[in-house]
Amino acid sequence: MSDPIVESAGTAVKQPSSDGTPLLSVEGLTKHFPVRQGVFGGKALVRAVDGVDFSVDRGQTLGLVGESGCGKTTTGRMVVKLLESTSGRIMFEGRDITHMNRAQMRPLRHDLQIIFQDPYSSLNPRHTVGKIVAMPLQVNGITPPGGVKKRVQELLETVGLNPEHYNRYPHEFSGGQRQRIGIARALALRPKLIVADEPVSALDVSIQAQVINLLRELQREFDLAFVFIAHDLAVVRHFCQRIGVMYLGKMVEVGDRTQIYEEPAHPYTRALLSAVPDVTKIGTEGRERIRLEGDVPTPLNPPSGCRFRTRCWKAQEKCAEVEPPLLQIGTGQQVACHFPETGPVS
Amino acid sequence: MTATASSAATSGVADDRPYLEVDDLRVQFKTEDGIVRAVDGISFALPRGRTLGIVGESGSGKSVTSLTVMGLHNAARTRITGSIKLDGREIVGLDDEQVRRMRGRDVAMIFQDPLSALHPYYTIGKQISEAYLVHHPGRKAEARKRAIEMLDRVGIPQPKKRADQYPHEFSGGMRQRAMIAMALVNDPSLLIADEPTTALDVTVQAQILDLLEDLQREFNSAIIMITHDLGVVSQVADEVMVMYGGHAIEFGSVEQVLRSPQHPYAWGLLQSVPSLRGNAEEDLDPIPGSPPSLINLPSGCAFHPRCAYKMVGGGPCDLEVPELLPTADAGHVVACHLPENERRRVYEEEIKLGAAQ
Ligand SMILES: Nc1ncnc2c1ncn2[C@@H]1O[C@H](COP(=O)(O)OP(=O)(O)OP(=O)(O)O)[C@@H](O)[C@H]1O
Ligand SMILES: Nc1ncnc2c1ncn2[C@@H]1O[C@H](COP(=O)(O)OP(=O)(O)O)[C@@H](O)[C@H]1O
Ligand code: SF4
Ligand code: SF4
Ligand SMILES: [Mg+2]
Ligand SMILES: [Mg+2]
Repeated sequence: MSDPIVESAGTAVKQPSSDGTPLLSVEGLTKHFPVRQGVFGGKALVRAVDGVDFSVDRGQTLGLVGESGCGKTTTGRMVVKLLESTSGRIMFEGRDITHMNRAQMRPLRHDLQIIFQDPYSSLNPRHTVGKIVAMPLQVNGITPPGGVKKRVQELLETVGLNPEHYNRYPHEFSGGQRQRIGIARALALRPKLIVADEPVSALDVSIQAQVINLLRELQREFDLAFVFIAHDLAVVRHFCQRIGVMYLGKMVEVGDRTQIYEEPAHPYTRALLSAVPDVTKIGTEGRERIRLEGDVPTPLNPPSGCRFRTRCWKAQEKCAEVEPPLLQIGTGQQVACHFPETGPVS
Repeated sequence: MTATASSAATSGVADDRPYLEVDDLRVQFKTEDGIVRAVDGISFALPRGRTLGIVGESGSGKSVTSLTVMGLHNAARTRITGSIKLDGREIVGLDDEQVRRMRGRDVAMIFQDPLSALHPYYTIGKQISEAYLVHHPGRKAEARKRAIEMLDRVGIPQPKKRADQYPHEFSGGMRQRAMIAMALVNDPSLLIADEPTTALDVTVQAQILDLLEDLQREFNSAIIMITHDLGVVSQVADEVMVMYGGHAIEFGSVEQVLRSPQHPYAWGLLQSVPSLRGNAEEDLDPIPGSPPSLINLPSGCAFHPRCAYKMVGGGPCDLEVPELLPTADAGHVVACHLPENERRRVYEEEIKLGAAQ
């Protein structure tokens, strides 16, 4: 890949994180949405995200996985400040950005970008590709050396699109190409962290693989950090060095790829992995499959103690009474469970 | 072209005579941009008690194939040729009334998006009852009883209470169950499931796939499972048909197609899929380019612009459409100009290790 961005990004040399400060860290991040409920319109709270901690190092990818509605998108939107948090703290490069307003955030907008799930609705159909990708530059009043157009064409090339497509409209592109346009737009300001919310979920397998490879390449090249939201555990495994598993607004397990995929400790993580249908297992009838019963409970009224207890086959009295804290265990990952599992998955 | 599922005889439950027989089916749509050849000469057969998986990327013709079997196409803008027989009876060319009678009782369908199949203003119970009444007119009390029974059967807790609720009061997984209940209320012999779990979480997907398997055992129905997820296919299908650009390009038992595929497109699909095993540090191995337009299909083998094995130097790949021909393995048919021994060699030596196997 030619790297037209890096050359002008001479200042973006790897910051030695010798002080050990992660690029991003969040503590107790919480979002409660007030909603009206029932015929009398009584007020209630959707506990979409409820006290989540994690951190992301420079050039690293943290995957967020979990069932629909567990709070992944809400978390991602709070991190890039598209959504105000109810409580908790967001630190970026050691600075507290939790309560920064628009003006204060402006210089940080360069560093923090987001890519959306839907390659169809996230691009303005009336704007040319050139205009879409140039938007972040223009909004921030940046004129790169050589001009905006040249930079945009470089960006298009970086994501594997023909720079001559500058004057075309989104509808003239396929799903995979549109997602590349979204990625080019996110790269325009040379961010340090990109929140990618299900960026490949809407794509066909062959195109999905192309886009994952592109993201991996960009990460290596530009030392980019990602918060990568996805529900496909195999996709996450191929892109993320660390993985956080969420359940009903809580982080239930955080660990590196080996810890999460080889020796998951939280019963929920095991159940998720066990549910993935696997081509390599044709004909192997009767393998130990964990089948979760029922659906995720409503975040309006989450279960007491451990939120997973209504579906957990290991639940005991203690699980209903005491909320398990997220603690580091012997194998190195952090787990929120009173009775974590041990040993490799079958 | 003959690609018939011949392995039915191996199953004890299955009736030897296929319940569904599709022969040289072609479906074309007239559009402003030109004629879309959505399905271009597909043949297969499916006995009761068996599951056919149809895989392929979006736009390859999977849904059109199944909607045609359901008789759901607007005749004015659609040209359908070939033959579709249900239990020996031809359904291409039936009039609307005849199609209506067949639908639900002989063939039923479940879709990716249950909300599109459920009416927001009627209770779930009412909608299932109505589906029953179409084929059992006048038997209202029985219909209600049957609706509750079906909700119970698909694993909805407190079915009596749930029957009186509206679709928006159900979670995604429960809606999908309700739609399955509605599809099965008349004991159809053939169930077509078009990406039934694509919008669901893996945990719920696992529940639904288990449910379909149980129901099939119980009712001995034939199932067509349409999906782009090879993992799902590997779990539920007996036979697999791989589609590309409106054509079937490989057909065989699930072991034949997923364990020793012979078509370069099938190889590409298997290699593109990220897996839970294998080296995660390595880049994935995608198929280059993107799926073709069905208005302007590439000449010869429609896959040739993306194929790493196309015969170079004016070979037949870009000139002649490869026919779906038998291989040395009974029941396994492949449409590719590469000689079979060459395909076997390439798969064993170059593909097998890299693929999600
Ligand atoms: N504006 C809002 N008002 C009320 N509730 C909301 C709002 N936004 C999100 N929620 C709720 O918060 C919870 C978390 O939503 P979120 O979109 O973060 O889930 P997610 O993990 O991204 O799910 P998915 O996998 O379906 O995208 C859900 O219960 C959702 O219904
Ligand atoms: N009613 C229609 N009119 C015109 N084109 C259609 C119609 N329905 C489907 N098509 C086209 O037929 C092709 C196959 O579609 P489909 O069977 O839905 O693909 P998939 O394999 O994703 O299910 C696509 O190019 C689609 O755009
Ligand atoms: S704390 Fe109890 S209920 Fe929760 S996951 Fe652990 S064992 Fe299960
Ligand atoms: S016919 Fe030729 S182009 Fe088509 S899949 Fe076979 S080798 Fe490739
Ligand atoms: Mg989301
Ligand atoms: Mg479809």
